[in-house]
Amino acid sequence: MSDIAPSADTLLMAKPAPRSRNMGQILRWLILFIGGIAMIMPIAYMISTSLKWPHEVYNVNLIPEEPTIENYTYVLEDGRFYWWFVNSIIIATVTTICNLLFDSLVGYTLCKFRFPGRTIVFIAILCTLMIPTEMLVIPWYLMSQSFGWLDSYWGIMFPGLMTAFGTFLMKQFFESVPDDFIEAARIDGLNELQIWWTVAMPLVKPALAALAIFVFLGNWTAFLWPLIVTNSVDMYTIPVGLSGFGDEADVAWELIMTGAAISTIPTLVVFLIFQRFIIRGVVMAGLKG
Amino acid sequence: MANLALRSLTKSYGATEVLHGISLDVADGEFVVLVGPSGCGKSTTLRMIAGLEETTSGIIEIGGREVNNLEPKERDIAMVFQNYAIYPHMSVKKNIAFGLRSSKMPKADKEKRIQEVAGILDMVDLLDRKPSQLSGGQRQRVAIGRAMVRDPAVFLFDEPLSNLDAQLRTQMRLEIKKLHQRVGNTIIFVTHDQVEAMTMADRIVIMKDGHIQQVGTPEEVFHSPANTFVARFIGAPSMNLLDGHLSGNQVTLGAGNAVDIPALQGGNDQKVLLGVRPDDLHPDSTNPIIKGTVTLREPLGSETLIYVDTPFGEIIAKADGRTPPQVGTTVQLGADPENLHIFDAVNGDALS
Repeated sequence: MSDIAPSADTLLMAKPAPRSRNMGQILRWLILFIGGIAMIMPIAYMISTSLKWPHEVYNVNLIPEEPTIENYTYVLEDGRFYWWFVNSIIIATVTTICNLLFDSLVGYTLCKFRFPGRTIVFIAILCTLMIPTEMLVIPWYLMSQSFGWLDSYWGIMFPGLMTAFGTFLMKQFFESVPDDFIEAARIDGLNELQIWWTVAMPLVKPALAALAIFVFLGNWTAFLWPLIVTNSVDMYTIPVGLSGFGDEADVAWELIMTGAAISTIPTLVVFLIFQRFIIRGVVMAGLKG
Repeated sequence: MANLALRSLTKSYGATEVLHGISLDVADGEFVVLVGPSGCGKSTTLRMIAGLEETTSGIIEIGGREVNNLEPKERDIAMVFQNYAIYPHMSVKKNIAFGLRSSKMPKADKEKRIQEVAGILDMVDLLDRKPSQLSGGQRQRVAIGRAMVRDPAVFLFDEPLSNLDAQLRTQMRLEIKKLHQRVGNTIIFVTHDQVEAMTMADRIVIMKDGHIQQVGTPEEVFHSPANTFVARFIGAPSMNLLDGHLSGNQVTLGAGNAVDIPALQGGNDQKVLLGVRPDDLHPDSTNPIIKGTVTLREPLGSETLIYVDTPFGEIIAKADGRTPPQVGTTVQLGADPENLHIFDAVNGDALS
């Protein structure tokens, strides 16, 4: 406790916060609280269900009556889950790396080079954003079939190795790289590929981090295309594999939730690795150069 | 080091020609400043020399070798940009070393060269810092260091001081000039600031609307301006220009008073502009030219600028700093005949 208590005069002179301001503050906190609960609940329910016995799955209580780690033991000892996990890791990692390279290369080219048809190429790339995946799966499938890519890593990955969204994102970020940097490097004797890699790429790390998170999560959770293009259980990814837990009569929700809980770990790792770049990027953007 | 030559250089963007066949010879080791208002083509010229802009027509020679079709890196030039262009993700040392990246110099020699440049620019203690930890002046020194480390034939400076505050600009101006005296490389320096041009250049190139208006030493362009544009662009405050009529070697001003111009030998009977710099126009001159009323005073310490309302409009003169005329008083302004300039009223070209 402080030795110096505020005097009565000081307390009297202190102005109370206006009532409307207090109400606004309470409302803001309330909205944030509801938003927070809405975010946390599915995760909490997923973990809760993963710790329940099958007969308790349909009870909505968050705390299991008889908590068990039996589901985790079952899933981790099941060889199929190991392969789905490895498949998802390979596919999400390779696709993320390819997106970071190809999207940034195309974004950089469209941003920093003047050539005939540049705008048309950019608009054409953007137009592909307007085509829904459901429309594309049939041509993708036919293509995969023709090339013999069905039920292979290549077949799962090829549609997402480069994305229009990633290209657009990187192009917009490269706009913030001053042309002087590029020209100075040109005068210093670097070729265009070296300039992209040595000068431009380090300056758009926040965008690369954001793109890495988007692409990794998108591929980690992808369901429709991996379901269509894969046939053998060993080629399934986690979302496809988990959907198969259970039988025709019943769905093993406790196992699905256990698999889902385990599968969030890599996404958390990816986010923790890249989030500091995003935060640093935001901080740097606020400083005068 | 090398000389530089521009031969009938033009530059067009689509149908718009922005440089109209400029020619210039820069001697080996010379410090030449391109100066002019925004849009005059000075930066475009510099970027064409650097190889960052393509030449529409004309020839650029560096060291007697035509470089039009060479890449920037093959031209043996180094450039310092207005925004420094030092890489924020690299330390000062890596920034300076960047200029040597494509060099085949042994590693030990590169290190020696970096230390040498850092020593010249007084940056040895800053080598491990990131650009964000440097002041504006220090950043500019890093940019100069990156250019220096390659020991290029020609240094190109594109308004490198315009982002600095007034005090730092004066300091860096001095440092660049000392650096030139020390290394002796050919320098082409672009600025819109006539004070920078006057204080640094061996020769000044004054440009307007894609044309060279005058090339000369600072003294030449100040004391013998080629036209009214140069006369008003160089010097602050600008030169006063008064309407008059030339007959023989006498100019009759609109108010009726005649002024003898001894330097003018038998001029045509024509309309002219009489130019006189505020520095040369005083209330206590023995050669009075024009009468007017003082409307404003700007004390500068040892001298005071006075704004005088005359039949030709407002003109600026310089009075003694201790006893300047009061606002509202009538003064008779005059200048020595050798400080008067006569320009053609139609095309603005100098006649005297």
